[in-house]
Amino acid sequence: MRGGVAIVGGVGHAKFGRRTDATLGELAWEAVKEALEDARLDQKDIQYFVVGNAGGWSAESLPAVIVGEYCGLNPRGGAMRVEAACASGSAALYNAYLAVASGMADIAMAIGVEKMYESPTPTVVEFIGRAGNYFWEFENFGLTFPGYYALYMTAYMNRFGATEEDFCKVAVKNHYYGSMNPKAQFYGLRITVDQCLKSRYVAWPIKLYDSSPITDGAAAVILASEELARKITDTPVWIRSVGVATGTANLSKRPDFIGLDAAYQAAEQAFKRVGIEHRDTWKYFDVADVHDCFTIAEVMAYEDLGFVERGMGIQLVRSEQTYKGGLIPVNLDGGLKAKGHPIGGLRALVWLLR
Amino acid sequence: MVMSLEAKYEEFWRQSIKQLNDVVKATGGLPIAPPDEKGQYSLWYDVRELRLRYSISVERIKKFFEGLREGKVYATKCRRCGRYYFPPPQADCPYCKASDMDWVEISGDGELLTYTIINTKPLTYSHYPDYIVAIARMREGFNVLAWLRVDDPKKVRVGMKVRLQVVKREPEGYLTYEFVPAEQ
Repeated sequence: MRGGVAIVGGVGHAKFGRRTDATLGELAWEAVKEALEDARLDQKDIQYFVVGNAGGWSAESLPAVIVGEYCGLNPRGGAMRVEAACASGSAALYNAYLAVASGMADIAMAIGVEKMYESPTPTVVEFIGRAGNYFWEFENFGLTFPGYYALYMTAYMNRFGATEEDFCKVAVKNHYYGSMNPKAQFYGLRITVDQCLKSRYVAWPIKLYDSSPITDGAAAVILASEELARKITDTPVWIRSVGVATGTANLSKRPDFIGLDAAYQAAEQAFKRVGIEHRDTWKYFDVADVHDCFTIAEVMAYEDLGFVERGMGIQLVRSEQTYKGGLIPVNLDGGLKAKGHPIGGLRALVWLLR
Repeated sequence: MVMSLEAKYEEFWRQSIKQLNDVVKATGGLPIAPPDEKGQYSLWYDVRELRLRYSISVERIKKFFEGLREGKVYATKCRRCGRYYFPPPQADCPYCKASDMDWVEISGDGELLTYTIINTKPLTYSHYPDYIVAIARMREGFNVLAWLRVDDPKKVRVGMKVRLQVVKREPEGYLTYEFVPAEQ
C-alpha cells in the first residue's frame, strides 16, 4: 500500500480538566513528551508538526509558535495552527496525515491543545456562541453552542418520540466509562439518570448533564509513513480511511434538524474508500469514538455513521447497545461528555486499539 | 427586568479591575492570586485588558437595513437561477458567478421547525431575560432563525404557524426581526 500512514505508538495525553496549574505550553508539553517517549523518538525526528487550537478565551492568540518553542519542536513544521471549531484536533490530525500521505514528511506530529479556564464562563459561552455565523445568528439572536444542539434535540424528540430521559442515558454511559479513565475530567465520577434529569437547563431541552464541560487539555499523536512505521513499532495503528465534510455556518440553512449532513457525508467518503456500504455499519467496527459534545450529538452520530437507520439511534441507547459487549460500544474513554471537551483538543483512543 | 447594558458591563469590568488592584496591593506588587480552597492554583491576573467591538461591512446589503426601517425583511434572489439568499441576503450568487440580484420581501408566514430556550447566556446577552430562539420554514421554502416572542413558552409547539415581523430590540432600541405566533 503506497502512502500508508500509521499512528506509531506515539500517543500523549495530558490530564483533562480545570488545568489552571499549567500554561498552554506546559500543557502541550505533557502530551508531546508522552508521545515522544511512547514512540521512542526525539524532537529531531519530527519533520512536521501542526497545532489544533480554537482559542480566543486564552491569552496566547497565536499559539502554534508558543507550543513549538516550549516543546523544542521549532523550527520544523512552520508552527501552524489549524482551526475547525470543535474539530480542530481532528483537523490537526488530518493535516499531519496529509503531510505523511503526500510524502512531504516521513514522521509528523499532530497536537491539540486548549486552555479554556483563562476566561470567565460567560466569556467562554460568548466565544463558542460566536462559532456559527456571527453576524446573522449571534449578533441579533445570541445562540449558544448548547443552543445549536438544543435545536436538534427539540426536533429529534418531536420527530422520533425520544425523551429527555433517553438522552440522559447517554450521559450516564459516558460518565460510567469516564469514571474509569484517569485522564478524564470526571475521573471517578458516575452519575444517575435522575441526577441528569434534575440538573438545570442550559439551553432547553439540553441540561447541564447533557453537556460536555469547559475543559483545559492537550493530546499529541505521531504519524509515520508505512516504511518507517514498521521500524518504529511492532504495533502500528493504520489509518485506513479518512473523510471530511462541512455543513453550513448558518443553522437556519440546514434542511432538517435530526442529523448532521456533514457527518453523514464525511462517513460516506471514509466508507467508500474501504468499500463499506453506508448501512448497518456497526458490524464492521469493534468500537467507535464519536463527537458527543452534547448527548443529542452522540445519538445523531450513531445514525449519520450508519450504525443504525435515522431515528433508531435512540433505540440503541434504550437497549444499552453502545456499552461494552453491545452491538457497537461507543466512547469508551468517556467521550467529550465525561472525559472533557477542550475545543481544539485531540482525543486519543489509540491505547485501546493497540 | 432588563438591566441596562452599560450597568451590566461596567459592573463586570469593575470587578475584574478591583480584583487586580486588590491582589497587587495584598502581595506587595505581584498580580498573582494565591491558591484558594476550591483547588484553584496560583493565577496571574492579566494587567492588560482587551475589549473588542468590530466594525462590520454592510455597504453591499444596505437595502436590507433600509427595509427594516420600512418594516420589511428582505432576502435576495438571483435573477439567473432563482435561488433565494437569506441569511445573509447575499450580494453575490456563487453558483451563477454573478451579482445580478433582486431584493424581495420575505412573505413572513412560516411554520416552526424547532426551537430552544437560552438559559445560560453569553456575556453580551446577560442583561436579557431567557429568550426563545426558533427556526421556521417560510412559505418561500427557506428557513429563518429569530427570537420567538410568546407569553408562555409552554405553549410553543413544533409545527405551529408563526409570523416574521420587524421590531425594536430593547434596551438598545435597534431594529431587528422576530417571530410571533400567527394566531395572535
